[in-house]
Amino acid sequence: MRPLLPLLTFALACGAATTPAETTPDPVAADPSLPWSRAEAPPLAIETDVIALVGAEVRDGAGHTFAPGVVIFDDGRLVAVGAQDDVAIPEGATTIDASAKVITPGIIDTHSHMGVYPQPRARAHSDGNEATSPTTPEVYAGDSFWPQDPALTRALQAGVTTIQVLPGSANLIGGRGATLKMHLGRTLREMRFWGAPDTLKMACGENPKRVYGRRNSSPSTRMGNVAGYRAAYQAAREYGQSLADWQHNHRLWQIKRATFERETEAREERRENGEALGDRPDDPGPAPTPPTRDLAKETLWSVIEGNTLVQMHCYRADEMANMLDVAREFGFSIRSFHHAVEAYKIRDLLHAENVSVSTWTDWWGFKLEAYDAIEENIALLHEEGVRVALHSDSPNLIQRLNQEAAKAMAAGRRAGIAISEHDALSWITRQPAWVLGIDELTGTLEAGKMADVVVWSGSPFSVYTHVEQVYVDGLLRFDHRDGVARGGATDFELGQNETESF
Amino acid sequence: MMRPLTLVCALVLCAGPFVSGIRAQTPVVVITNAHVLPGEGAAIENATLVIRDGRIASLSGAAPEGATVIDAAGKIVTPGFISTETALGLVEIDLEDSTRNAGPEDDDADPVRAAFSAADGVNPASTLIRVARRYGVTSAITVPTGGLISGRGALIDLAGRTPDSMVAARDVSLHVNLDDGGVSATGGAFPMALTRFREVLADARLYGQNERAFERRGLRELNVSGPDLAALQPALAGNVPVVVRVSRAADILRVLALKESERVNIVLSGAEEGWRVAEEIAAADVPVIVHPLENLPSTFTRIGARFDNARLLAEAGARIILTAPGAHDVRNLRQEAGNAIANGLSREAVLRAITVEPARVFGQADRGAIAVGQVANVVVWDGDPFELTSAPTDLIIGGRVVTLRNRQTRLLERYRRLESVRRGPPRAAPAPTNEAAGTAE
Repeated sequence: MRPLLPLLTFALACGAATTPAETTPDPVAADPSLPWSRAEAPPLAIETDVIALVGAEVRDGAGHTFAPGVVIFDDGRLVAVGAQDDVAIPEGATTIDASAKVITPGIIDTHSHMGVYPQPRARAHSDGNEATSPTTPEVYAGDSFWPQDPALTRALQAGVTTIQVLPGSANLIGGRGATLKMHLGRTLREMRFWGAPDTLKMACGENPKRVYGRRNSSPSTRMGNVAGYRAAYQAAREYGQSLADWQHNHRLWQIKRATFERETEAREERRENGEALGDRPDDPGPAPTPPTRDLAKETLWSVIEGNTLVQMHCYRADEMANMLDVAREFGFSIRSFHHAVEAYKIRDLLHAENVSVSTWTDWWGFKLEAYDAIEENIALLHEEGVRVALHSDSPNLIQRLNQEAAKAMAAGRRAGIAISEHDALSWITRQPAWVLGIDELTGTLEAGKMADVVVWSGSPFSVYTHVEQVYVDGLLRFDHRDGVARGGATDFELGQNETESF
Repeated sequence: MMRPLTLVCALVLCAGPFVSGIRAQTPVVVITNAHVLPGEGAAIENATLVIRDGRIASLSGAAPEGATVIDAAGKIVTPGFISTETALGLVEIDLEDSTRNAGPEDDDADPVRAAFSAADGVNPASTLIRVARRYGVTSAITVPTGGLISGRGALIDLAGRTPDSMVAARDVSLHVNLDDGGVSATGGAFPMALTRFREVLADARLYGQNERAFERRGLRELNVSGPDLAALQPALAGNVPVVVRVSRAADILRVLALKESERVNIVLSGAEEGWRVAEEIAAADVPVIVHPLENLPSTFTRIGARFDNARLLAEAGARIILTAPGAHDVRNLRQEAGNAIANGLSREAVLRAITVEPARVFGQADRGAIAVGQVANVVVWDGDPFELTSAPTDLIIGGRVVTLRNRQTRLLERYRRLESVRRGPPRAAPAPTNEAAGTAE
């Protein structure tokens, strides 16, 4: 969580452009600090033995297969990944025989509502849509997240190591997403993916206009939707400008203040030396006060600054194209269109704009904007060079994203599109990592990255395969032999259905 | 075209040998070199399926002159899958009420709709029907939803120009919801839903015994409409199964008791906690329709949901039907089935649970299997039918080869090459909003 960062970045950019820094001999004072800076991420302090998974077919998610291969990790980080013949196993390592298994990076789901719409469905659990206003960028999905959602254990058991928990799509701008590691714990803080950039959920189409139109308030149409985004981003731009103005004025004030102090001191010296005093230096007065903080606008300003990644729910091709225009108009980028079942129709535009797609393999028809979905969407996008992530949006589907990748791969191949198993694996590992801005940290099995590792009983693209082990940051979080995630069922499930009295 | 036979059969709820939609002179289709998984019984190697007049005529011998020949060498042949409890043909877009014919949309509608017949709503032109065929589904028990007594289901084949040619059997089932939906439709408490259901059955029984008295208003006041009372008679006579949607173990036992007390044939649907009372279900000889991929405690009535529910029920001796829920996702029945295998059921049991078992439970003796005399709903697969990378290469419904194309494949064909898609005049490209065009490599 770094709302301060964009402003600092902006201040630095201003510093390079303003003239006083160049015309005065004094070094410019430090950037005016904002009153609302937050603590930085706590460093991860994982201490484990060196663990070596030996003998499996290792698919690194970056296009390589090592068979037999070795995956070695230590203190949460991958140390070495490669062919068994090429990689020496360090002395003292805990060696685990993984022969006949397949190892891949952990699965990353870019679209989950686990914890904000948890199991069981209950009114008291409905925490995913702050549907009291169509524009709520100030809310954060993490603040709704319930770490005892029983769906979490099942997703972990299916090989998922990282999720983005998003607000729902009732609102045009629904709030910030929470990128989490599957360290099932007691608190949000224990699960947070520290170092992941902020993300923002936005939504096109039927949902916002249905939710608010039903109340006879805006938006009730798609044009109302777009008017809503524009109003919000215009206000954010003005807010950003007022921040920039303040920072500029504060910088000038600092320079004047320094000059005043220096000249006052010099005047004192002249007084002591009995010299002519000259004019009194100008007192710049008190420092300019910063504008009133507005967390909603600040979040959108951070989007314009490029520090918060937009995750945009949008089904129809024409609406996605319109959103690209809105983004261009206000100078921000859309990181990923979610659901995007018609993305194949405008795959050239998406490629040109470097916008990724997060979608399903075959969900369709549940609403009119999902009517033109085709099974080859992912393969067509991939062929065009668009980054694609296979997302779930479902606590059920998240348990078989590997199977969904297999289906998308097969559909593409039947359509004559060359899709390798490496490509299909990337849709649930490396590409979603890019969508979330964490591709430098995880998503592939490469030395230095987080040890997010899944051991499968066989090919992840077979319906008969199951997950044997899941490591998150090098910690064994699920072992098939236990039958359930380490630590057992969630608190909610504990003691349920106990009907024996003796 | 009106076919009197269809109407007669529909009226008497025929379960005998009967195929709708098959014209007298369909071409003979022969599948050679077939490795057949027949749905019941052992696999058949190197079979020659001869399909004539809509039925499987023989499993060996030579291909007759002039027949359409499908060489299945290296492939696998299965019966067409039957999707049980779908809204196929009744719903086009879930969220658009105007496209839905699965039941009244009004919240205030009478929760008792026994007369509602899915057969009257089936749209043969629904785009969902061809999409469902894509992975081997050839038939469906399509059913109404909502209320306490949702109405009656129909067996449809997924090919046909008219409702008559598509509806193989009308009113093969009566659907009752004693899960959250039916409970909330009758006041919000399970005992109220159960009481109302019993009351409806009692009224229908009285009506059945005194139909003439009813007509001259000589009965006590009945709290059910005349058409509903009439529609309930086949279920009361035991000729049509009563499919009861229920989840919680305790409620399942209450529903099992209805088989005895109300003398109706019960089929459990959902039964997410069925594994907890598997012995009782098996002892009652009540079949169970299971959604294999439901393992979430998604409501308080199914806290015990688990992936191996179907396996545990089968091991206890219960009859199992596997299904994929909804209407749009019916094509994923084979994925559901594959996962049931992964969770411990045998391949034979799983294939039976999506072919022969639903046919038998819904009174169709001549469907579901690949055997001489059975209706020829047949799928030729390019690999293991349950693997996600396999697909049918040929599909035969009612003895005729049907296309694997659908609205989605037509969209694919249109958009396979973007250059040929209709668009506005070329213009200079706008500057990209993102810094650089990326690639997925």
